[in-house]
Amino acid sequence: MDRFLETFLNPVVMAQYTPDIIAGIWVTLQIAAAVIVAGILAGLALACLRSYGVKTLNFFIICYADIFRALPPLVVILILYFGFPSIGIQLSGPMVLFLVLAATLAAFAEEIFWAGFSSVEKGQWEAGIATGLGFTRTLTYVALPQAVRLAIPPLVNRVLAITKMTALGSAIGVSEILSSATTAQSFSGSATPLTMSVAAYLVIFLPMVVFARWLESRTAWKKR
Amino acid sequence: MANRPMLEVVALEKRFGTTTVLKKIDLKVSQGELVFVIGPSGSGKSTMLRCCNRLEEPTSGDIIVNGRNIMAGTRRDLDRMRLQIGMVFQGFHLYPHMSVLKNVTLAQRKALKRSKAEADARAMDMLEQVGLAHKADAYPGELSGGQQQRVAIARSLALDPKVMLFDEPTSALDPELVGSVLKVMKDLKSKGMTMVVVSHEMGFARETADRVIFMDGGVVVEEGTPDELFGNPKADRTRAFLSRVSG
Ligand SMILES: Nc1ncnc2c1ncn2[C@@H]1O[C@H](COP(=O)(O)OP(=O)(O)OP(=O)(O)O)[C@@H](O)[C@H]1O
Ligand SMILES: [Mg+2]
Repeated sequence: MDRFLETFLNPVVMAQYTPDIIAGIWVTLQIAAAVIVAGILAGLALACLRSYGVKTLNFFIICYADIFRALPPLVVILILYFGFPSIGIQLSGPMVLFLVLAATLAAFAEEIFWAGFSSVEKGQWEAGIATGLGFTRTLTYVALPQAVRLAIPPLVNRVLAITKMTALGSAIGVSEILSSATTAQSFSGSATPLTMSVAAYLVIFLPMVVFARWLESRTAWKKR
Repeated sequence: MANRPMLEVVALEKRFGTTTVLKKIDLKVSQGELVFVIGPSGSGKSTMLRCCNRLEEPTSGDIIVNGRNIMAGTRRDLDRMRLQIGMVFQGFHLYPHMSVLKNVTLAQRKALKRSKAEADARAMDMLEQVGLAHKADAYPGELSGGQQQRVAIARSLALDPKVMLFDEPTSALDPELVGSVLKVMKDLKSKGMTMVVVSHEMGFARETADRVIFMDGGVVVEEGTPDELFGNPKADRTRAFLSRVSG
């Protein structure tokens, strides 16, 4: 038992590396927030564009969504970080991590919002068009709110899955939680920093999971 | 003035792929007139109505509303013209995420650019007219089918249309709710609205329609006053149809 505590919950190590882990939490939070905002907005924009039904445009949107849903983000991260400098494009670690995760989330979000749009009844569109709203305003005021509501539960789950991938930053030296922890672990020779990283991830993501659960429980149309 | 055509359908043709659904339809609806359209399933009644506001794009022909051809002009012009053509669907199609009041004000605000106060006042007037002012804050999901259809009528009326098109407005309703919707339509007629009604409510037609049109196979087979058409149909197809729906 002592040995277990010594390895995983060493108070001296904890005190020493707490500032590093907190700095890591901060980096993770910033990147995660940026990924969520950019990924969702880009995915929503793509789904809206797709609803206009322009064939060539939709071909590219679908290609994009399929490719980024198929590729493991780590592969893209490594290519951007280690490969791109040799063709003259130098991106910082956090930037690469942000770009790749946001692009991945955008691909999934586009598909999720698109599924939302597809399940809005045709009659809703017709009611909007027939009352002179035209396509764009019917999209904005009639279809979009309904599509977004349908999209929320699957979207929240996807957001969770992708923001957790900020841990991939440890592969390219972004000092987020996991890489702060592994660095601390190799310096101290103790597994305690890894335990701390577990706690840090739980602090960030457990509330998000609870929030997701709460969102999913309210599927009915909101009443004011 | 009373004979001025408010809606004119000229040589309207509609093909879906290789099948011709409407074959050179001509129809003139005068101001304040109620034209009632009957015909077997698949005869093209809905398609004709939907071509009147270009929800369905006509293959050829002209649609003239209040003296203006909606087949000419830009997309913008079309959206403006659509404000003059109210349409009521079998399935109501109220916006489920908006209160009744919001349903009735949305197009007033966003298409007619009315102020909020003006749109709200107009909406309340219209809801009053269909007997649902007390439901302004309810959501569509909380209303009966009959109530939803009356809200849908109010939503169209609030835009001050020149013509109202009804596509089987009571077909999705429980029998005991049909009356409330028909009453609203009768009131509208008595206020001078120009109306085209596709429906199976023959009693309503006898009482309210100025003219009944029988369609079959994408053509107007016969037309006349309700008495003429129901009492003394000339074409065999009309007779066969009427004996089927009444018998
Ligand atoms: N979008 C479409 N694509 C292909 N065919 C269509 C389409 N819409 C309608 N049709 C066909 O056009 C014909 C006329 O349909 P329409 O809905 O106008 O008939 P209707 O008289 O309204 O019938 P009902 O009484 O059943 O409502 C039918 O044969 C139908 O199958
Ligand atoms: Mg029909």
